[in-house]
Amino acid sequence: MSTTTNTGTRGGLSRRGFLQTSAVASGGLAIGANLAGLSVEAIAAGTIHTPNAWVHIADDNTITLISARSEMGQGVYTSMPMLIAEELNVDVRTVQVVIAPPNTKLYGNALLGGPQLTGGSTSVRDGWEKLRVAGAQVREMLLSAAAAKWNVDAKSLKAENGNVTGPGGKKASYGQLAAEASKLPVPEKVALKEPGDFRIVGKRTRRLDTPAKTNGTAEFGIDVKLPGMVYASLEQCPVIGGTVKGFDGAKAKAMPGVIDVVQIPDGVAVVADTYWHAKKAREALAVQWDEGSGATLNEKTMLEGIRAGAPSDKVLPLKANGDAEAAIKDAKKVVRAEYVMPLLSHSPMEPMNFTAWVHDGKVDLIGPTQWQDGAQGTVAKALGVDPQTISVRTTFLGGGFGRRIDVDFIVQAAQISKAVGKPVKLIWTREDDMTHDFYRPQSLHQMAAALGDDGKPTAMTFRMVSQSITGRVFGLPLEVQDPLMTEAAIAPYEIAATRHEVVKHDAGLRVGYWRSVSHALNAFANESFIDECAAAAGKDPYAYRMALLEKQPRFANVLRLAADKAGWSTAAPAGRARGIALMEGYDTYMAQIAEVSMQNGAPVVHKVTVVADLGRMVNPDTVEAQIQSAIVFGLSAALYGEITLDKGRVQQTNFDRYRVVRMNESPTIDITLVQSNEKPGGIGEPATALIGPAVANAVFATTGKRVRRMPFTAENIASA
Amino acid sequence: MSTRFSVNGRTVDAKAEADTPLLWVIRDEIGLTGTKFGCGAALCGACTVHVDGQPVRSCQTPLSAVAGRKVSTIESLSRNNTHPLQKAWIAHDVPQCGYCQSGQLMSAAALLAKNKNPSDADIDAAMSGNICRCGTYARIKAAIKTAAAEMRGARSQA
Repeated sequence: MSTTTNTGTRGGLSRRGFLQTSAVASGGLAIGANLAGLSVEAIAAGTIHTPNAWVHIADDNTITLISARSEMGQGVYTSMPMLIAEELNVDVRTVQVVIAPPNTKLYGNALLGGPQLTGGSTSVRDGWEKLRVAGAQVREMLLSAAAAKWNVDAKSLKAENGNVTGPGGKKASYGQLAAEASKLPVPEKVALKEPGDFRIVGKRTRRLDTPAKTNGTAEFGIDVKLPGMVYASLEQCPVIGGTVKGFDGAKAKAMPGVIDVVQIPDGVAVVADTYWHAKKAREALAVQWDEGSGATLNEKTMLEGIRAGAPSDKVLPLKANGDAEAAIKDAKKVVRAEYVMPLLSHSPMEPMNFTAWVHDGKVDLIGPTQWQDGAQGTVAKALGVDPQTISVRTTFLGGGFGRRIDVDFIVQAAQISKAVGKPVKLIWTREDDMTHDFYRPQSLHQMAAALGDDGKPTAMTFRMVSQSITGRVFGLPLEVQDPLMTEAAIAPYEIAATRHEVVKHDAGLRVGYWRSVSHALNAFANESFIDECAAAAGKDPYAYRMALLEKQPRFANVLRLAADKAGWSTAAPAGRARGIALMEGYDTYMAQIAEVSMQNGAPVVHKVTVVADLGRMVNPDTVEAQIQSAIVFGLSAALYGEITLDKGRVQQTNFDRYRVVRMNESPTIDITLVQSNEKPGGIGEPATALIGPAVANAVFATTGKRVRRMPFTAENIASA
Repeated sequence: MSTRFSVNGRTVDAKAEADTPLLWVIRDEIGLTGTKFGCGAALCGACTVHVDGQPVRSCQTPLSAVAGRKVSTIESLSRNNTHPLQKAWIAHDVPQCGYCQSGQLMSAAALLAKNKNPSDADIDAAMSGNICRCGTYARIKAAIKTAAAEMRGARSQA
């Protein structure tokens, strides 16, 4: 059994605090970095060395590798170090891992335009080259240090398993060389291994964080404890965006353990000696709200607004090829369809929480976040302080799925701490979490196609109407196309004339990035619609797709393999039928085939066959885990997920009314990974987007009913 | 006024009010944070502990209900991951975010205490009260079977 030294455990964290280590001797790269997790005393004393921003080596040969991405289940705590360790030539099971402190310059995500943000299935793609280069740089610096020490040619030396060895039995551990190595210039050019020489990357590797997650020692945000820490429970307006008009906190303040009742911009917080005291006293608050413009919202009128916006709001062209409109107008056979997606909540298992301490001109933030420099910058603005006075230590995340890109709860914790002058852990209830999310936006797709005499589409139009998340989060102007609305909008099928366009419509409720973002919206429309075209043409949905993929070898390959694996050419077991979905997302090509039966008018998903071609993989076992995960996550949305509003109040408050897939509803998932030398693709999200259309197409195959609206409840299927 | 009960074999006198949910007594007063808060309504299973060997949702169990009783938490399975379930969880690399896994393990431990050769249906019945948003269900099921096999083997050798 593995006994990895795991720095994510509370034991490993006992000596950590909020460490500003501006004095780190760093070889010029990591100056000013806040090296959370490394002993500031050891660094000051010169016993931990930092050849570059990704590797720290202690005199005792303890090697610490940095993951600049948050661990929310997707395995970066293991895959990021694997990339560094490959070139550094160390056993990944002997290293410590630390999640990086905020430092945009060092740890920003180039694939997302720079922020230090975990999302978009970018971690491996962003890190693929730079982390191997980082490992190789340190390896070369250690070799140079040894060469100088022994006065030999560096080429005669080897760096392996944490030691540099040379002629005549010379040997020194990385730790013995680190002090000298970190004084050397960082080499600009380093040779990387040929993939055929990889010893770590591409090999099934047990996750480094598993042991801490099987004995209760893994530290999540909710587990953080600081000396003198108090607990907060925050009453927010039941209508998102509403503000406090007035409140009476006297009754709450008189309750056991209550320290204070404070108002912050988002509501009224009760601060107490225990969480339960805070939560109980919160129930005694009397708050008058100005509910604001959200007080009239409900999801039906929001959808009507979206439909009304479809022709009238500004249309942003995405792609046009020939005159698709004219071709459809003149065609003998036309297929038209409209697809609708509901609002969704993220609902990770760990409700929103954060610990903050505003003290002595500093702000310490600890907890689960997907966006370190966003937390730092937003809290700085909210408190009116210099971002450099704010430290962020990231714990394990009890799920993210995009919810923890937003930092509302972090700002709240900081404001409450400032108001009471103590370290504060703010914990939301599940009800707070579900009713104050940043929801996946509704979407409407209007599709039309002309079919030729052979049944193949000759022209197609695609119009998507939804709300821009990037407008809210990053201030993208309304007239600019939002790349996070157009993912997988253009399907791979060969069609002579096409026109794709997007309409941005603000339906009035705050929206957020939700696992796979617009892939899920667009893939549902595209993969349902091509299935409708096949049915209208009287063709088999597999053969119909394949005939349109002659110029798309990676798509055709995954689809053909999936059909083989699922036994497409043979009849499904009695009472069951199969449905296909296909997509490229995050540079990953994927096909899914769902095998479904109907029970009480709703689908039961028995089996999902998945074939994925994501190019080179870092940890194939994690790849499989992410596919399994994404399918269950997407299936919850497809079968059950819908947020509704009454007078602006979210009606789903817990897992009884916001149902998610449980073990007894979880299908068998058969995964085939294509061996490929292509550049790596992302895998945390794409499978989420395909399970919905695969199930919808299977429902059609077994019932003849085309369900064009999620979730696939008996009611929505009956009215289809 | 305090409430005396045992946690993982140790006698404790909890000072919290009698109606405080056991979950928050375990986490905040006793300081064992392996047991997690997920829903506060016995809907998700993240807070599962054993009371006299039975799996209960500690978020819906008032402190008064455990007076004089034996409570076991994830920390009692073993600290060093030597319990067959913990070994199987590691062998199958079950956890992703990991937040629900303490509750999953405690539900699984209660199942295997009664049934060392559970069928798929037995596992579904015992485990479907525990939500995992990361969707680790297939690996949980496989790990339970691995652990059960080890426990049967250990018993037959004994």
